[in-house]
Amino acid sequence: MKYSIFSLAKAALSGHKGWGRAWRDAAPKAHYDVVIIGGGGHGLATAYQLAERYGVRNVAVLEKGWIGSGNAGRNTTIIRSNYGLPGNTGFYELSMKLWERMEQDLNYNTMVSQRGIINLYHSDAQRDAFARRGNTMRINGIDAELLDQAAVRKMLPFLNHDNARFPIMGGLVQRRGGTARHDAVVWGYARAADRLGVDIIQNCEVTGFVRDHSGKVTGVETSRGRIGAGKVGMAVAGSSSRVAAMAGLRLPIESHVLQAFVSEAIKPLIPGVITFGAGHFYVSQSDKGGLVFGGDLDGYNSYAQRGNMPVIEDVCEGGMALMPMIGRVRMLRNWGGIMDMSMDGTPIIDKTPVDGLYLNAGWCYGGFKATPASGLVFAHLLATDTPHEEARRFRLDRFERGAMIDEKGQGAQPNLH
Amino acid sequence: MRIACPFCGERENGEFTYLGDAKPKRPFVAVIEDGKGAEGERDAFYDYVYLRDNVAGEMSEYWYHGGGCRSWLVVRRNTLTHEISSVEAAPGTGAAVTEAAIAKAGAQ
Repeated sequence: MKYSIFSLAKAALSGHKGWGRAWRDAAPKAHYDVVIIGGGGHGLATAYQLAERYGVRNVAVLEKGWIGSGNAGRNTTIIRSNYGLPGNTGFYELSMKLWERMEQDLNYNTMVSQRGIINLYHSDAQRDAFARRGNTMRINGIDAELLDQAAVRKMLPFLNHDNARFPIMGGLVQRRGGTARHDAVVWGYARAADRLGVDIIQNCEVTGFVRDHSGKVTGVETSRGRIGAGKVGMAVAGSSSRVAAMAGLRLPIESHVLQAFVSEAIKPLIPGVITFGAGHFYVSQSDKGGLVFGGDLDGYNSYAQRGNMPVIEDVCEGGMALMPMIGRVRMLRNWGGIMDMSMDGTPIIDKTPVDGLYLNAGWCYGGFKATPASGLVFAHLLATDTPHEEARRFRLDRFERGAMIDEKGQGAQPNLH
Repeated sequence: MRIACPFCGERENGEFTYLGDAKPKRPFVAVIEDGKGAEGERDAFYDYVYLRDNVAGEMSEYWYHGGGCRSWLVVRRNTLTHEISSVEAAPGTGAAVTEAAIAKAGAQ
């Protein structure tokens, strides 16, 4: 069923009894042209793009739990393209452009809201760095605007502008940035892919790879039996090392836990996304009214999907420094997601040294905003065996070649990216 | 998560800084020169700097007790549960220096 004002009106008049399933509960077939491991946003977007843009419709998405149960449901829903390095600028802007037309493309309300994102600066040096990044963005056709102290004070009067150590001196705004509804993104891609014939197979954990005599991957072993595949794409950020290890690969990735937080719902307060430049704290407000915020990684390797107290304390201190009135709001809940932290803070989208196996990994904590572009470029790679123009720098061998894309300049220490 | 420092007793993990997996050993050049030459050296450093086992389960790792005795520690911890099974001091465990390699380097 195509969703429209007419389908809504029709369903409303019949007591909303006519809504069908948004996607089929598919059982695995014996063979697919392409099998995608991982039913998160990236895996589903890849399947959708394969079917929609590249005409590859004999595709399955395998998900060990339920779709969107991993990082797709654990992020802080921010979309932006305010990057400064070649490779990142074009890729994330491609993603932003896909966000802007996603609801029409998918015929699904993903609640994309371009309410703006502002990165605050607190020193002369930080202003210079932000001005440089803003200029880089504008040269690349991305919107950016450097605001001074007075403009930020007018835009966000409730912040602590006169903090003795970290006065707010201004901010870099991307007005096209904002938020989207993360679960709806998963559901929208699942529904759109399903309508094009993609099988979405849940509760189907991959337990190994099937290889032929030459070592080529020809399928996967799963908890629901063996499934043959012409090509296998991995989109399992958080668990990439574990899945790759089944094919004998070691990756330049560590898995780390990142916590996120939401407060009780309050009346509309925060117009967009605000990031504190003197600590690591960022905050937005969901449509339900809760303040959604987060900060740094916990810093140690983890697959536990939960973090510890020091980071909770650090994030809340950052919040109090930036907007002291947040202290009157109660925290509703917090959770953790597992990040594929790559060695330069940038994703990897490439063929692997194993024939027939393709990798989409290393999203660090930038995976959500990348969802639509990640699906497009990974589908391009799977369909054509050549990297998409905007992903040609995201190669697996870039560490060996010394061609890192290290936006933060931290070096090969994943917990600092 | 609390870490029982052998010198300071059990402390909350905010006092500690994490380095990572204690398994990779910095390649010792004299050892490499003994082997495949410059190519081998490059590969060994690539492996050491960039590739990780990224263990899901028990892993030995380096932690630094910056908020206490400032010692480097080797902590045996489960990455699936955060359970810590042992904590030891870690002096001299950073480089893969074998006695044979030292003898060879000394002879040159």
